[in-house]
Amino acid sequence: MSTYLHIDHVGITFPTDTGPLTVLEDVNLKVNQGEFISLIGHSGCGKSTVLNIVAGLLQASKGGVILENKEVSDPGPDRAVIFQNHSLLPWLTVYENVRLAVDQVFKKTKSKAERHDWVRHNLELVHMSHALDRRPDEISGGMKQRVGIARALAMEPKVLLMDEPFGALDSLTRTHMQDSLMEIQADLNNTVIMITHDVDEAVLLSDRIVMMTNGPNATVGEILDVELERPRHRLALAEDPRYNHYRAEVVRFLHERHLQKASAVVPAMKNDSDENAAGLRLAAG
Amino acid sequence: MNREALLQQTFDMPTKDNVLAYLSGDGLTKLFKGFTSIFLVPMFAIALFLGLWSAGAQQVQTSLGTLPGPAEVWQQTKVLYTEHAAERDKEAAFYERMKKRVDKAIAANKPAERIAKIKARRYTGPETFIDQIFTSLWTVMTGFILGSLIAIPLGIVIGMSNTLYSAFNPIIQIFKPVSPLAWLPLVTMVVSAVYVSNDPMFSKSFVTSAITVTLCCLWPTIINTAVGVSSVSNDLINVSRVLRLSWITKTVKIIIPSSIPMIFTGLRLSLGIGWMVLIAAEMLAQNPGLGKFVWDEFQNGSSNSLARIMVAVLVIGFIGYMLDRAMLMLQRSVNWDKSATLR
Repeated sequence: MSTYLHIDHVGITFPTDTGPLTVLEDVNLKVNQGEFISLIGHSGCGKSTVLNIVAGLLQASKGGVILENKEVSDPGPDRAVIFQNHSLLPWLTVYENVRLAVDQVFKKTKSKAERHDWVRHNLELVHMSHALDRRPDEISGGMKQRVGIARALAMEPKVLLMDEPFGALDSLTRTHMQDSLMEIQADLNNTVIMITHDVDEAVLLSDRIVMMTNGPNATVGEILDVELERPRHRLALAEDPRYNHYRAEVVRFLHERHLQKASAVVPAMKNDSDENAAGLRLAAG
Repeated sequence: MNREALLQQTFDMPTKDNVLAYLSGDGLTKLFKGFTSIFLVPMFAIALFLGLWSAGAQQVQTSLGTLPGPAEVWQQTKVLYTEHAAERDKEAAFYERMKKRVDKAIAANKPAERIAKIKARRYTGPETFIDQIFTSLWTVMTGFILGSLIAIPLGIVIGMSNTLYSAFNPIIQIFKPVSPLAWLPLVTMVVSAVYVSNDPMFSKSFVTSAITVTLCCLWPTIINTAVGVSSVSNDLINVSRVLRLSWITKTVKIIIPSSIPMIFTGLRLSLGIGWMVLIAAEMLAQNPGLGKFVWDEFQNGSSNSLARIMVAVLVIGFIGYMLDRAMLMLQRSVNWDKSATLR
């Protein structure tokens, strides 16, 4: 079987005032259908850039993205994105937000009644049927993100792209959302690429964890296969030595990168301490 | 929802608990505080203003007597209304007479064109103060709506394209600070040259005033709309890209709703400026309306003129206020950002 999604030696360079800045270099990743991939790495390493290139929102300078043997370079509903800040249209209700996407994607293939049912079905999937007529500013952050997920799922994407989907939520809500996501994933078996900062989240949800090196010139550092059988239960896993091993692996990788990063910015830190000293003097005076 | 809560929400009816709370000391204090801030304080301020006005006006001697105080102004308000009612009676009587003449002519078997001629005769009495109010309102609304119909689409297009923005920006920046009154002579000349017809639908003076209002309504709306459109959240634009929305759908579903608050800010500014400019334009060009009323009274120079001008000033202010409130109500009804405080 050929690869479902291939991020093929992608690099991207942005022009800046101080000359071109290569953010990504030679990012190469093959994703199978139905696989759940997490991208993890330090802030500013270009995780979001990878996701945006796959989404088509950014154009790669080198290499390309191949989905089902076809190159994709512009955005489309076959690669639905779930944004960190939900990105619901604030003037539309929960129902209308999902309906906008459904109308757009299925305007030729589904009748009006079918589209209505499909919207309801997807909102049911994320347990939001009780709030169809609410506007985004009338529901909580977690609920907004549920609607964002429903909207993305309703497009029946080939790949679901999530940019720190639960990053803005409190930890209790995040736990709920992760459980919900696993439940949905067990049903639909989507191909997912998710960006996260949260090591536990990555191990709990993923089939593979892709750890990225620090930018600029960031690329894929290590790939960790998470061979934990599904369904996974966070309580049971907390005791599981394999879970803790995976977790430790990711933490180790991130820690090493952190040390590298720290040694790379020693001059900057020196400046920092100077500034601090100046600040202290000011405070004292 | 239970019935009591529903009733309370719908009709703002006090529930039993609320009544008891009101009757207890705490409730009464709250009630009194609310009453004070909503009613007593403004009433006190207005009374103070009237008092100062009354006392101050008597100190100012002009060639037309002392400046009018509140009492004289109120007196003239009533007179102006009586004049209006009398004029309406005269008009009704005129049409009554005309009807009789037509009946007579028909009875006498007069030729049809003769009858049509009588029928076509219109009452030509002077415009009363109340008529002038409606003339001005009609003019400002026409000019404002015309201006908005041009400015909103233009603002949207400018806001969406950086190239168009750089192209239009210098032109807008130069024309924006020009007082529309400077346009008035040009507009008057162009209208009298271009708007030529034997049976004009609108009078030339109306067209001139309305176009002058349009000219000053354009700029705030264009600028605010363009700013609103160009500051649509990038995430929402990304949503439209992922969904592959067509240009039209994107504009209608995302860009316009998103910039509605800014568009309305521009519209309210425009209408306020338009109203002020219209009065000045009417004074300057002797076009029918409240401005002409003020100027006529000034030229008239009777002992009542100053009081009548003062009535006009207050009415102009009150109408300006009502126009703004009407826009605010419209804005509230279409604004999606319910958390925004609009005032």
